Amino acid sequence: MADKKTQVQKQESRDIKTAERTRWGKVFAPAVDILETAHELKIIADLPGVNKDSINITIDQDVLTLQGDVDSSPVEGYELEYREYDIGDFQRSFNLTDTIDQNKIEANYNNGVLELVLPKAEKVKPKIIEVKTS
Amino acid sequence: MFYRTIDPWREINEIQREMNRLFDNSYRPNRLAYPAINLWTNADKTMVTAELPGYSKEDVDISLIYDVLRLRGSRKAPECKENECFHRQERNYGLFDREIKLPFLVDAGKIDAVFKDGILRIHMPRAEEDKPKKIDIQVK
Repeated sequence: MADKKTQVQKQESRDIKTAERTRWGKVFAPAVDILETAHELKIIADLPGVNKDSINITIDQDVLTLQGDVDSSPVEGYELEYREYDIGDFQRSFNLTDTIDQNKIEANYNNGVLELVLPKAEKVKPKIIEVKTS
Repeated sequence: MFYRTIDPWREINEIQREMNRLFDNSYRPNRLAYPAINLWTNADKTMVTAELPGYSKEDVDISLIYDVLRLRGSRKAPECKENECFHRQERNYGLFDREIKLPFLVDAGKIDAVFKDGILRIHMPRAEEDKPKKIDIQVK
């Protein structure tokens, strides 16, 4: 994409330094878009090659972790002649604040894109206070 | 006490090999082109794979000009509605147009492209006329 100055290459994940992984291979941090509206926060992540069933979304002590496994075994009967991208799993974590209602998070996966909708807790939603005149 | 002996020449050779690999012309991936592709081959066919998350079959246009594969497509950014704002925008949007020279001529009629979980795989069988032919030499 010539008109974009953003990073085109996949970035290796920085979240995995705390604990060792049991699966072999590289881990990448998926590119994400984060949008906020008055009622919710939306996280859209690119997870190309991830099967829907291998997606793991966990919340532990206000840390939301996305994880997706990719089959990185070589294609049978072929030899890799030229490589521009590496194949590996995806993982990335986000800190959640108490503004998010953690019980109502929804996830949708389609064509390699994961969309998370994190509704805001009732107490932080903007309230309109009518001013009465007497 | 035991000490591991360190061979400085081995270290230097290792660095030299790494440098040679870095400046080797035969492998120089195009780091800026989008989408990034991998090319797989065997004697009879070749396959190009590309990571195109969020694209559907209709968004990508694949064409072949002699031995050059052309990939074109576009993806729209999510629309920012009223009272909505982006905190981060790392995903790529817009148009892409990319040409990839294939290692051999392929049979244009038998190209098969599959989209699964955001990965595009284009299978291309080698053209019959391009396959190496064995010629028996008669010795008289």
